[in-house]
Amino acid sequence: MSSTPFYTPPRWSATFDAHSVAEIHRAAQTGIYDIRGAGAKRRVPHFDDLLFLGASISRYPLEGYREKCGTDVVLGTRFAKKPIHLKIPVTIAGMSFGSLSGNAKEALGRGASQMGTSTTTGDGGMTPEERLSSKTLVYQLLPSRYGMNPDDLRKADAIEVVVGQGAKPGGGGMLLGQKITERVAKMRTLPVGIDQRSACRHPDWTGPDDLQIKIQELREITDWEKPIYIKVGATRPYFDTALAVKAGADVVVLDGMQGGTAATQDVFIEHVGIPILAAIRPAVQALQDLDMHRKVQLIVSGGIRNGADVAKALALGADAVAIGTAALIALGDNDPHWEDDYKKLGTTAGCYDDWHEGRDPAGITTQDPELSKRLDPVKAGKRLANYLAVLTMETQIIARACGKSHVHNLEPDDLVAVTVEAAAMAGVPLAGTNWIPGKSGM
Amino acid sequence: MNVIDLSKTSLREVNSRLQKLPKDTNERLWKLTSVHGEHACAVGLTQPIEVQIDGHIGYYCGGMNQNATIVINGQCGVGLAENIMSGEVRVKGNASAAAGATGQGGLIVIEGDAGTRCGISMKGVDIVVGGSVGAMSAFMAQAGSLVVCGDAGANLGDSLYEARIYVQGKVESLGADCVEKKMTPHHLAKLERLLKRAGIAADPARFKRYGSARKLYNFHVDNVDAY
Ligand SMILES: Cc1cc2nc3c(=O)[nH]c(=O)nc-3n(C[C@H](O)[C@H](O)[C@H](O)COP(=O)(O)O)c2cc1C
Repeated sequence: MSSTPFYTPPRWSATFDAHSVAEIHRAAQTGIYDIRGAGAKRRVPHFDDLLFLGASISRYPLEGYREKCGTDVVLGTRFAKKPIHLKIPVTIAGMSFGSLSGNAKEALGRGASQMGTSTTTGDGGMTPEERLSSKTLVYQLLPSRYGMNPDDLRKADAIEVVVGQGAKPGGGGMLLGQKITERVAKMRTLPVGIDQRSACRHPDWTGPDDLQIKIQELREITDWEKPIYIKVGATRPYFDTALAVKAGADVVVLDGMQGGTAATQDVFIEHVGIPILAAIRPAVQALQDLDMHRKVQLIVSGGIRNGADVAKALALGADAVAIGTAALIALGDNDPHWEDDYKKLGTTAGCYDDWHEGRDPAGITTQDPELSKRLDPVKAGKRLANYLAVLTMETQIIARACGKSHVHNLEPDDLVAVTVEAAAMAGVPLAGTNWIPGKSGM
Repeated sequence: MNVIDLSKTSLREVNSRLQKLPKDTNERLWKLTSVHGEHACAVGLTQPIEVQIDGHIGYYCGGMNQNATIVINGQCGVGLAENIMSGEVRVKGNASAAAGATGQGGLIVIEGDAGTRCGISMKGVDIVVGGSVGAMSAFMAQAGSLVVCGDAGANLGDSLYEARIYVQGKVESLGADCVEKKMTPHHLAKLERLLKRAGIAADPARFKRYGSARKLYNFHVDNVDAY
């Protein structure tokens, strides 16, 4: 018999996969790390790994369209004279003017206000447009303090002290020269066109004891009216939450590693911080240990996409969620409508993450006046309002199926996990068992 | 002059009274006595009043000040006049760390010494220090002037943007991207005016000027050694 030539197909290494090889080539050619926007792209244990049990013989559901299922949230009940009342448990996360166009910020304000929820400023101060378009506006106090001023502080409805972000716990903001236009530069007191690296540490406090005094100062300046949030990237959620409570926070904002960013090193985004799934239970535990659960409210973020994610976050003990990336997508980010332009940028709709370059075809993550014009703030705001309505209805659908008359009545007992990892991280049993890894049980 | 005894009146009440003064108030002179290191004292003031604080005061005194003149007859804690917008804050004694942090305008005068990170992230304020400043002063300073009549600690002006630094004494070391620059007649005149405004007697000709080399303004692989 003649031997037929045998063909072995090329085999990719699981370790040196296509992405790793391309990254080594890129690094060798450019001599600089990759910077990009958005959050971690690799798969990590997430809300998809959890399921709701729904009602059964032992649990009684509520009628889908008839019986009331409340969605309102009150934030800042601990110390603030004027807590914030939101109609839905979904808020818009802090994203700066600078990273986003003025139209995008306005659209966020319009959409959120239509649905009775809040938006948040970002690393670059408050613009008059966003104050006008947002009924409820949270003002961030960041390490950089760009554009920080007491008039805006007093105009805000709440104040968020940003210690860290899930995409880059321990890192400062970054806005590259292309986006430092004259207006952005002026708001940040910086030269036009420089690559701006924000500070990663606050300039005037260093630890929880100082933070407590800093918060006292903010309250003294604003007549103890406004809720004060502390935002942390998810790393050591138990201790950070406990320390935030000790420092006097009204609200703790916890942002997981999947959380988006406007611009950060890829290595930072993918390798620092923990998934939000792993962070919520320890944070809630800290609140419970201090008898502060539901007294100090917990907002969680990082990869929230749909009502199921919202419901799961609430069931694990959060009071509300925040969205960044999903809100931008709702405005029109990564819309296939702009596919030709995405192709020209070497990418495709759904994958575009070079938000730092300021060339966003959808006119959202840009300061280019021509591109910005592509986003109609009224229409985009309406799209965001629609999306927020869907998130809320989906959350209610699940809550009613579990027999809850308010979304805050969802609880860990309503959940199981489909992977051992998720069971351990979320502290709920592996589906079909009563085994919670790390806890005693069968 | 209105005198408030801090042993009898709560800080909240003091701040609230000072903050709520109307624009055309004729109660322009205030004195705080029995001061015992209170934090966040005389913060968020907006009117052109004068507040004299007799004693040592805690953190963030004069924070975010607008228009008011605050004089501390004593020492002060961390974050003196942080994010000051306008007006003047003067300390007769020494100031702790991060004095004038992120200040956007106005004048801060520290007649004694200042601790570490004096003028950190400053964004337009002018700070005049009669004595010396600690390490990391003017870190990431963006705009405004820091004048030091004594010496400066290590890493002065690290990652500096467009702020100007003038030091009369020794500089332990300069931080990344901070360099000595020529003292031009223009800068000399500015420094002279600043010293005068601060009421500090010193000869401008004896100062050296420092500023940003502007080499780190844009990312470049050749700059990695700088960090
Ligand atoms: C374009 C963009 C800009 C952002 N800017 C800020 C900021 O200025 N301050 C901040 O605390 N977080 C910022 N973030 C993070 C968000 O506040 C939030 O933590 C994150 O987007 C939540 O995760 P998600 O994107 O998966 O919803 C930004 C995120 C994006 C996408």
